[in-house]
Amino acid sequence: MAYPYRHPAETLVISEHFGNPEARTLKGWEALGGYKPMRTALGLDRAEVVNIVKASGLRGRGGAGFPTGMKWSFMPKKEPGKPHFLVCNADESEPGTFKDRELMRWTPHALIEGCVVGAYAINAEHAYIYVRGEFFEAAQVMARAIEEAYAAGYLGKNVMGSGHDIDITLHIGAGAYICGEETGLLNSLEGRRGEPRVKPPYPAIAGAFRYPTAVNNVESLIAAAHIVHHGADWYKQWGTEKSVGTKLFCVSGHVKRPGNYEVPLGFNFREFIYDVCGGTPSGKPIKAVIPGGSSVPILTADELDIGMDYESMAAAGTMLGCGSVIVMDSGTNVVKQVRRMVDFYAHESCGQCTPCREGTAWASKILKRVERGRGTPDDLDTLLDISDKMSGKTICVLSDAAAAPIVSSIQKFRDDYLALMDAGQLAGAGGR
Amino acid sequence: MAEPTPTPETVSVTVDGMTLDVPKGTRLLDACAQAGVDVPHYCYHPGMSAPAQCRMCLVEVEKSPKLVPACVGSVTDGMVVHTQSENALRAREGVLEFYLVNHPLDCPVCDQSGECKLQDYVSAEGPAMGRSREPKRVLGRDDFGGDVLFYADRCVMCTRCVRFMREVAQDERLTVVQRGHRAVIDTFYDEGLTGNIWADNIVDICPVGALVSKDFLHKARAWDLDRVPSVCPNCSMGCNIRLETRDDQVMRLKPRPNPEVNAHWMCDFGRLNYNWMNRVDRIEAPLVRDASGRHVPMSWADTLTRLADALRGAAGGARAVVSPFEANEGMGALRRVMEAVGGGEGVFRCERGEEVVLPGFPELALRRDRAANAVGAELFGFARTGGADGTGGLESLAAHTGVLFVLGDELGDAPADFGANASLFVYVGQHLGPAARNAHFVLPATTFAEMEGTFTNIQRRVQRFWPAVRAPGMARPAWQILGVLLAGISEAGAPGTAADAFATLGAVRPEFGQLAWADLGANGAVLPGVRELQETGD
Repeated sequence: MAYPYRHPAETLVISEHFGNPEARTLKGWEALGGYKPMRTALGLDRAEVVNIVKASGLRGRGGAGFPTGMKWSFMPKKEPGKPHFLVCNADESEPGTFKDRELMRWTPHALIEGCVVGAYAINAEHAYIYVRGEFFEAAQVMARAIEEAYAAGYLGKNVMGSGHDIDITLHIGAGAYICGEETGLLNSLEGRRGEPRVKPPYPAIAGAFRYPTAVNNVESLIAAAHIVHHGADWYKQWGTEKSVGTKLFCVSGHVKRPGNYEVPLGFNFREFIYDVCGGTPSGKPIKAVIPGGSSVPILTADELDIGMDYESMAAAGTMLGCGSVIVMDSGTNVVKQVRRMVDFYAHESCGQCTPCREGTAWASKILKRVERGRGTPDDLDTLLDISDKMSGKTICVLSDAAAAPIVSSIQKFRDDYLALMDAGQLAGAGGR
Repeated sequence: MAEPTPTPETVSVTVDGMTLDVPKGTRLLDACAQAGVDVPHYCYHPGMSAPAQCRMCLVEVEKSPKLVPACVGSVTDGMVVHTQSENALRAREGVLEFYLVNHPLDCPVCDQSGECKLQDYVSAEGPAMGRSREPKRVLGRDDFGGDVLFYADRCVMCTRCVRFMREVAQDERLTVVQRGHRAVIDTFYDEGLTGNIWADNIVDICPVGALVSKDFLHKARAWDLDRVPSVCPNCSMGCNIRLETRDDQVMRLKPRPNPEVNAHWMCDFGRLNYNWMNRVDRIEAPLVRDASGRHVPMSWADTLTRLADALRGAAGGARAVVSPFEANEGMGALRRVMEAVGGGEGVFRCERGEEVVLPGFPELALRRDRAANAVGAELFGFARTGGADGTGGLESLAAHTGVLFVLGDELGDAPADFGANASLFVYVGQHLGPAARNAHFVLPATTFAEMEGTFTNIQRRVQRFWPAVRAPGMARPAWQILGVLLAGISEAGAPGTAADAFATLGAVRPEFGQLAWADLGANGAVLPGVRELQETGD
């Protein structure tokens, strides 16, 4: 089957042109109806653009789910000598996530439109797209598209004859997870160490270069452009009351058809995994699913009869996050997966806050020892206690993200831990 | 209790049950301090920005969903803070245990031991035992250049040192390299901190033993040190310091906060220039030259009686050279003795160098005059002479045929016949230099470290220092020697204390009469009405 896998249950709004090489070029994009949303937006009042996005109920697709229109409305009134900035967060660093990469690879002009719409809405004349360092191809495609857009007058001075100047700068990161955190991203963009900032002040007051800034995810901006073009009610035809619209879900792990799928929010999770993604390739039963990226609590196979929306996920004790679904079948030892994730967070901690800097590394060392069969049950108590002391005590939520899979895996898959300990005892690895 | 109605300038805050009014904009941590609660903290330092990253100062604030770092953000009206709630204590205990995961616990060989904030906080609020059984991260030791040695494994990553160099010294020599638990402080270039004269301040502000002074390395344990408030004698800035001593030896100088003078800082030139205070080649008894030219030790009473007799018959007026390291009280007393024997010119010699300003606190600089009391010397009517190296300029004194006084100046550069022409040569000092051998009377004086007194700094601020080490033998403060001598030749009473001596200074310089000893306090007071002297000597 050729990329991308398509499934009839999908609702294609922003991923419609995935796999179509025509969409990558300006001519092709125009032929597919591109640059109309941008023209629509520039023909409206700024406040009107914000209001439409606000009315649509679009929530940020980067993970936190903060309403996009609301974020834009927090921007202060523009003062002379105090520029506003739009920063597009294309760092997409959450393990298991690869939707923004595909959006940029296949529909770069959609993101340019999204940036122009967003920049116009918040009265910014300059937008930055901060692309993750490892996204070589996506960055190349974006760079080419931006060049084309400038040549065609879609960017630069007096965009499309609207009288507004909007520039886009593509900034390529150096590949750090923490630079996906919006204030870490801003520091990195400014040439500082990628360390999250103490909030307040929030970016809307002091963001990029200490000027008012809105930081939006790639998917949010692209969706916002569609919403401004088609109207808030059009977007509300999908999703639930509070989780409106469609969303790209990135599926990886033990499924027959991994990849990106766009479905309305509220889609049944079990149906999604078994029907849309085809279930496990081995035919073994599913053991665990991470629904929203590696930093959210893990679900068991019994917990999958829920809607794929912000509220249902929260009710199930986890998060929709950025929609990256990682599926594990019954052959998986969850401890090994959790160890790998915590190792990642220990590696990616910026090192500012003590609980995160020391806690992630300590937890990772304990998990490695447990994995080797040298753990004892009181290690689990220690892990739970460390996790608690890492949660909600730091500048950003990286250490919360590292703690979540530890806690949920010990709660739900304690047997996996104990099995490793028993195996270690049998193999004579016991003790410490 | 009635609700206090705060004015717009103050807000009401409750810390651990105590309600107090503090100025609007007060940092939460400072408000807690005002309520008598010392909230543990590492990364915050009052002289620098607050990154809120150590997470040590987490406290519970009512209506706030999460614990709040007390070092950022100001208090709001009606804020209710609990520093000792279960949540706050548990969080801080957690942070302390995290610090111990990789800390080497090498307190027995660590210079910071005894004055270490990690020791203090762990013993106050930390876990009884760390649970980590994992191998510790080992990074080792690095020479940061200058006087600074870095023990990476002891570091708590508070980044005070990085921020000091960035914000206060404004000479970015340090940074954090790597990230997460691999993060470590490092220098940008091979020379590291070498060449920056403010670098040793990072040793002071390092809350643990990560940054230590090479000069002080393994020299003394913190608990063996006696600490006495003093004033740095090594330039006319007069940074407030502590003289830290062990067994009557000065071990190191540490800055003492004075917001008007040196904030929290001092320079390396002043800090490391203390070995002269420990010199052992001291004059220990009064010496009187006999007819054969030999110096004979004698009691203070006999010496001063003979000297008073000699002064009463002396003719030809007086000349003097004083050291700018001498206290105001000694200089003033000398001036009065000189007046009593007919008056005359006095000079002082002072080594001079380049001025080096601390950019982040420009009130503070290593001043050109490399002695604490050059300003005092000028105020008491001594004229600057000699070269920038503090030598020469004594030709007219050498030719003087009347009474010649030397106070504190070692006269290392004077010719062997210096003072030979004087009818009476009185040497009051610490060291028996070659020229002092011609003195008729050699009177052993204390250094500033051994006595009580005051210096006048470049801002005309008169600042007190206290005795930190014992004086050798029979050495006495110059104000006492000269005060008793003056009592012997005039109607003046002898001073019993430095305060008595200070009280007589108004007779020489009226401005001093307007300052009361009690007003000097620990941070000094500015002399009134002597602005016209501001730029003399340049």
